[in-house]
Amino acid sequence: MNQNNFNFPWLLQMAWRDSRKNRSRLLLFISSIILGIAALVAIYSLGDNLRQNIDEQAATLIGADLALYGNKPVKGKSKALVDSLSKTRSEERSFASMIYFTKGGGNRLAQVKAIEGDYPYYGKFETVPVTAEKTFRTRKEALVDQTLMLQYQAKVGDSIKIGEVTFGIAGILEKAPGSTGLTSTVAPSVYIPMQYLKQTGLMQKGSRVAYRYYFKFPANVDVEKLAKKLEPRFEAFDLDYKTVQGQKEDTGRSFRDLTRFLALVGFVALLLGCIGVASAIHIYIREKLSSIAILRCLGVKATQAFLIYVIQILGIGILGSVIGAVLGTAIQQFLPFVIRDFLPFELTTDISWPAIGQGLAIGVLISILFALPPLVSIRKVSPLNVLRSSTDAANPGKDPLAWVLYGLIILFIFGFSFLQMRTWIEALIFTGGILGAFLVLYATASLLTWLVRRFFPASWSYLWRQGLANLYRPNNQTAILIVSIGLGTALVCTLFFTQDILLKRVQLSTSGNQPNIVLFDIQNNQKEAVLAIAKAQHVPVNQSVSIVNMRLEEVNGRTAADFEGDTTAEQSRRIFGREYRVTFRDSTTSTEKITKGKWQGVYNPSSALIPISLEEGFANRSRIELGDTMVFNVQGTMMSTVVSSFREVNWGEVQTNFLVVFPTGVLEEAPQFHVMLTHVPDPQTSATFQQAIVRQFPNISIIDLALVLRVLDDIFNKIGFVIRFMAGFSILTGIIVLIASVLISKYQRLQESVLLRTLGASRKQIFAITALEYFFLGSLAALTGILLSIAGSWSLAKFSFEAEFSPDVWPVVAVFLFVSLMTVLIGLVNSRGILSRPPLEVLRQDV
Amino acid sequence: MDTILDLKQVSKIYKSGERTLTVLDNINFSIAAQSTLSIVGPSGSGKTTLLGLCAGLDRSTSGTVELHGTRLNGLNEDQLAAVRNQYVGFIFQNFQLLPTLTALENVMVPLELRGEKNIKPRALDLLDKVGLAERSHHYPTQLSGGEQQRVSLARAFSNQPRILFADEPTGNLDAETSEKVVKLLFDLNKEAGTTLVLVTHDLDLAAKTQRIIRIKGGKIVE
Repeated sequence: MNQNNFNFPWLLQMAWRDSRKNRSRLLLFISSIILGIAALVAIYSLGDNLRQNIDEQAATLIGADLALYGNKPVKGKSKALVDSLSKTRSEERSFASMIYFTKGGGNRLAQVKAIEGDYPYYGKFETVPVTAEKTFRTRKEALVDQTLMLQYQAKVGDSIKIGEVTFGIAGILEKAPGSTGLTSTVAPSVYIPMQYLKQTGLMQKGSRVAYRYYFKFPANVDVEKLAKKLEPRFEAFDLDYKTVQGQKEDTGRSFRDLTRFLALVGFVALLLGCIGVASAIHIYIREKLSSIAILRCLGVKATQAFLIYVIQILGIGILGSVIGAVLGTAIQQFLPFVIRDFLPFELTTDISWPAIGQGLAIGVLISILFALPPLVSIRKVSPLNVLRSSTDAANPGKDPLAWVLYGLIILFIFGFSFLQMRTWIEALIFTGGILGAFLVLYATASLLTWLVRRFFPASWSYLWRQGLANLYRPNNQTAILIVSIGLGTALVCTLFFTQDILLKRVQLSTSGNQPNIVLFDIQNNQKEAVLAIAKAQHVPVNQSVSIVNMRLEEVNGRTAADFEGDTTAEQSRRIFGREYRVTFRDSTTSTEKITKGKWQGVYNPSSALIPISLEEGFANRSRIELGDTMVFNVQGTMMSTVVSSFREVNWGEVQTNFLVVFPTGVLEEAPQFHVMLTHVPDPQTSATFQQAIVRQFPNISIIDLALVLRVLDDIFNKIGFVIRFMAGFSILTGIIVLIASVLISKYQRLQESVLLRTLGASRKQIFAITALEYFFLGSLAALTGILLSIAGSWSLAKFSFEAEFSPDVWPVVAVFLFVSLMTVLIGLVNSRGILSRPPLEVLRQDV
Repeated sequence: MDTILDLKQVSKIYKSGERTLTVLDNINFSIAAQSTLSIVGPSGSGKTTLLGLCAGLDRSTSGTVELHGTRLNGLNEDQLAAVRNQYVGFIFQNFQLLPTLTALENVMVPLELRGEKNIKPRALDLLDKVGLAERSHHYPTQLSGGEQQRVSLARAFSNQPRILFADEPTGNLDAETSEKVVKLLFDLNKEAGTTLVLVTHDLDLAAKTQRIIRIKGGKIVE
């Protein structure tokens, strides 16, 4: 006798034999996790390829070995430093400016980049024609971003006017080092040769210009070491630097965040599938109770019986994971298309064996983990069931081991999210969030089904009542189906609502007489002429604000140098490096509220210190208190100030808002420029007004909120596409769980329908009952998802965006109908065998 | 002759809240090895419960059950499973074949559980004895009720049990098939020298055994 060991070969053989008539069903169970595994493998592979590509292409992202950035030109010692670094260098000056298409008359704010030297040293400007990349450097020509070319239907050979200079369009710029589809949407670039920059007349005092210097070193120079050595000197001259290694780390970090986020979304789909598997296995095991009892009767140990089914699940787990990994590797080939607008480099799609390994391990582990709670009940199946059949053994809720397993599942979710996020607090929040979301979905689903059952009119016809009653048949999967389909619906709806909230908010801010055009960089001597143009075109100027640029020199008598090395003043040190754009006025605006101290709008010349007001958040971040003194440098003149009040500012309004506000009576004579806010009633007036301004004053930049809306919409569509792609995994998983559940309960339905047909029901009536059942299921799931997404979006609108939330009714109705009808369709297609089977066949059917 | 099964003061009481239900009350009897015995009684008299206790499928509330010298009361579920595999064979009213296994595999399972080798010829031989050698690769659903019960007989004798428990073995069969199955049962039993315990309310079938225990209201009445 061989009763003291588990007799593994026999267990394997029994698991194989027992699965004989259930293999298609087992495969169906596991199909729920295939998509989740596929999503993870695809994303892990993407991560792997991203890492590899970043490593290989990092130099082409900055186009040089070293890049220095500053917001003022180098001169004196800093120039000497830049000159001494390497002979192979290039310079770039970039600023926002209006560009004017002379042929079509269109104009738009763009990022103008004047370039000198052979930059980029690694990679190249990708242009059409290819030669344009070289030719534009020596002629009065420009490379224009393809977004702009498309928008204004411009062609190579046309002209654009930047400031006072008209440039020929040498080529369409398809890609520049480090640029992405997104950057070209938000801030399209125009490259011009440096030698024509001065002629444009745009380099005036107060212009915001970014200065960049690119260096190439001989191969034997350790650039990283050199940059580290020179770092204190760079800092002293307010220069930031980036090396290839630094770029690698920065780019790697951002894409790691992206792939981690996508992996978590994929994991949610996997979890949904796993719940589907657990629920299906629960039913499977209930059907297996009599076989288990027979085996127990013949002398099989409880653990052996348990292991037979564990082996089966392990087998299908491995098979499902392998299929998932293959599918994931295939899906990975499409991911570059999904995220191409976010990529600053070429993405390859090589097969990643580590990613496949990870996917397989997670798939096998998670399928076993989720299958175990229903499986542990096998240990409790009594051999006595052969004499008296009973199904009371299959309640894992009463088994302490099942609770241990539930704990392990939570631990697994936590472990997985920790591996993605690397901080236990975020992993805890994610795990809590997932459990919370499932619980809320489950509770909402249960409440809705209870309400429908409780208040369903008893007077309705039998068909309706039977369709509803079917949701409560024994071993039903109503809850899991509502949760999975509901979650998919909630994800997609929330995305839609969020997009709607943000777009509506911007639309709202431009409605009525709210400003919708912002003009900035208006010089002192241009102010009156701009007002005159506005008046002539009947465009009201809502606001005209003076802006003075200044730098901070001291806080409470301490300079930037004094904060050097003071690790406790981390936040304070940063406030010195930047340029402040400050206004002066005697009163607060409608978007501000004094929260602390006293507003002093007019300077009393007898006071030694000028009372200023700071934005509350800025003061807190900079650790500045009321009564602190600050010395500002305005073009060489020192202004000693005292912080007299804090303001809360609503940054969401189309308004000019400031961190620092001076009183009147101080800055009136300082070098300044102006910002005007206007409202144009229609696109035609807007175009005419903008053209008039740009033609006469090319240095003035214009932000058209209608354009911002379009850009915002475009960005949402790009981000939305990625999220919809990932949400698709959850929705598809929901559909597979639905198909699996329909097929699993098919025999039960078959018996019911045969009974009904025996009692005289027509084929049409049975069809109606089945359709109604799926309509109830789909509509409850859709309603659960929509309700949750409305609640979620409302919270987002109220607490995060501080905006009104008024969802449109028709899209919601459309989603509701789509999800409900899809569920009915899938349900009916998979139940079609039930309607056509002759009743007699069922009598001989093996369960 | 040796005693193979010995029951002393065996009772089985079910509790449901405050209520108690005595299904078996102070049962005492023993069976000699290689003998045949029937337990008869009306529905609900406790026959099947008694069979479950004798075969180690259930535990008594009080009293002792000793099977082939092993006291079953103190054994855990796995030890009981080992005893069943070693000494006991079963035949059920509803055949209880594993639906996913062929006739041959169903017969082989008890032997495989023991880890025995070269079992296929033995299992085929048994199927031949019950007249189903030609159907060895058929699944239970492909067999008639009588054929399924014959596979069940072959399985019951495959591990050469010391004692065979048959619970209404002809309960689901027509008269003609019943007769054939009963003949096979007794022939195989005689050939193997196995103790046979029959539970039935068919008095004609019971009369074929050497001894009859009548049970009513949970008590042996004669």
